[in-house]
Amino acid sequence: MSPDISTNVGPITLERPTMLASGILGISLDVFGRLYKEGAGALVTKSLSKEPWDGYPNPTIVGLKNGYLNAVGLSNPGAPYFANMLSQNKTVPIIVSLVGSIPEDFVFMIKQFENVKVLGYELNLSCPHVEKVGLEVGDDPELVHAIIKSVKQTSKVPVLAKVGLGSSDYLETVRTACESGIDGITAINTLRAMAIDVETARPILSHKIGGLSGPPIKPVAVRCVYEISSKFDIPVIGCGGISTWDDAIEFLLAGASAVQIGSAVGEKWTGVFSEINNGISKYMEKKNYRKLSEMVGIAKKF
Amino acid sequence: MRWLELQKSFDTPKIVTIEKVVDETPTVRTIYFSDEIMSKVLPGQFAMVWIPGVNEIPMSVMISQENGKAAFTVRKHGLATTELFSKKVGDQIGIRGPYGNSFTVKQGTLLLVGGGTGLVPLIRLVTFLKKSDNVIIIMGAKTKSEVFFEDLANKLLEGTIHKVIVATEDGSYGEKGLVTDAMEKLLKENRFDGVYTCGPEKMMHKVVQIASANKIHVEASIERMMKCGIGICGSCCFGDVMACKDGTVFDGATLLANKEFGYTHRSKSGILDNY
Repeated sequence: MSPDISTNVGPITLERPTMLASGILGISLDVFGRLYKEGAGALVTKSLSKEPWDGYPNPTIVGLKNGYLNAVGLSNPGAPYFANMLSQNKTVPIIVSLVGSIPEDFVFMIKQFENVKVLGYELNLSCPHVEKVGLEVGDDPELVHAIIKSVKQTSKVPVLAKVGLGSSDYLETVRTACESGIDGITAINTLRAMAIDVETARPILSHKIGGLSGPPIKPVAVRCVYEISSKFDIPVIGCGGISTWDDAIEFLLAGASAVQIGSAVGEKWTGVFSEINNGISKYMEKKNYRKLSEMVGIAKKF
Repeated sequence: MRWLELQKSFDTPKIVTIEKVVDETPTVRTIYFSDEIMSKVLPGQFAMVWIPGVNEIPMSVMISQENGKAAFTVRKHGLATTELFSKKVGDQIGIRGPYGNSFTVKQGTLLLVGGGTGLVPLIRLVTFLKKSDNVIIIMGAKTKSEVFFEDLANKLLEGTIHKVIVATEDGSYGEKGLVTDAMEKLLKENRFDGVYTCGPEKMMHKVVQIASANKIHVEASIERMMKCGIGICGSCCFGDVMACKDGTVFDGATLLANKEFGYTHRSKSGILDNY
């Protein structure tokens, strides 16, 4: 019998542990359907705001030797438009990522999705390159508490918080989120970074500072997943630089119940999900695990 | 240590200096620069072109007749294209890529249908065709002053059986009417082994419909609002495919099955707008 790679992230059940990370490709239901068919266990949308956002002018992405730097600026068609599009969804497991500044923003957006089939919400408390949202919210414990409280009162489906490394201790953000009733934590977002073109002496990104993703941030992300799952009794989704099946296993061993893949989609394209799923399955066979949960967090016993 | 040996990423802009600027029409210019990689890209592939301080836009890579050089042919239209159009010899721009797939190079009697700067990948395609092919190019423009690349196309096809047909909407030059009118006329007397098209989407839609109705293999290079160019941001999604990574070239059957083809495209925020 082949191993069971389905997993539970708290109340969320996934057929497969590889999710599409927020910000990547996620603006149309057709694309979500394709990625689900091609192996993703769930799809996280681009972070939606109350109104449509155009994002920053290009350059919004710089490819580095071994990863990406981006400041797309959270471009998205807005929650009402997106909810309308997703209202035709019947079978695709979609988690809606939301970005806002105050509790009322999030409550407004969740109300748009009242009659839409979604698996859950992921609150973006960690985008490193847009003012008044993302990390700036994540760095403010009182605001995090107020937002999660309101969201939990409004939402009928589970709510995750995506955290990153800002100017305060991210573990305090996680603590606040847990105390406010969050259902799970996604860790981590991109790390604030920049690149300067030496020929023109100009920062390349139009926003100058953006977020670093890909293999360079993986060890940081593994450390965060390990710390969160060691300190708190909360399901964790690992995200940051996962490009191969053994990267994914590393996160599971550190304590993640599922993983999100972003930059590697650009590098390996849409086959990356099934490639990693198959690798996880083979690893489980070799190590005699029947269920994925058997290996979640086992690196913590050492 | 292996990481020290990693090459600089193709996705980091590389600065090149503009060496020559050629006026094609009052609103279209070709700017030339030296770059080995860009000089060899496949027909249909594009580069992301960084105009420092302004924007970064996708551009089909134009040929140069000199070795090791390439070009961009730009029509001034919005802010970024106007800035690129205004660049002078000695100015610097950044390029990354090449990106995207390319036209399938067929043999036999081939029809190339282009509108405006959509001619760029078709001109590059011409350089990949065999001397033995019979090539007919239809180029469309609104009016005589907007016709360009006619001489270049004839020169590239010198010594082969070929025809370059210009169609202007106002009839001020060549045949009066749309490229698709000229195409339908040609189909009455010729059997084609392949049709390639690039230009305004409504035009390509009609070309693909006509070719498909006549059971001729057809490919089109499509354009969408593009930001990253490398399959990450999702801005250029077109049905369930990404123009930058799955395209920009698609065959007729794929295109006609895509409900967005010829009808809708996305804005910067990702909202579907009608053409």
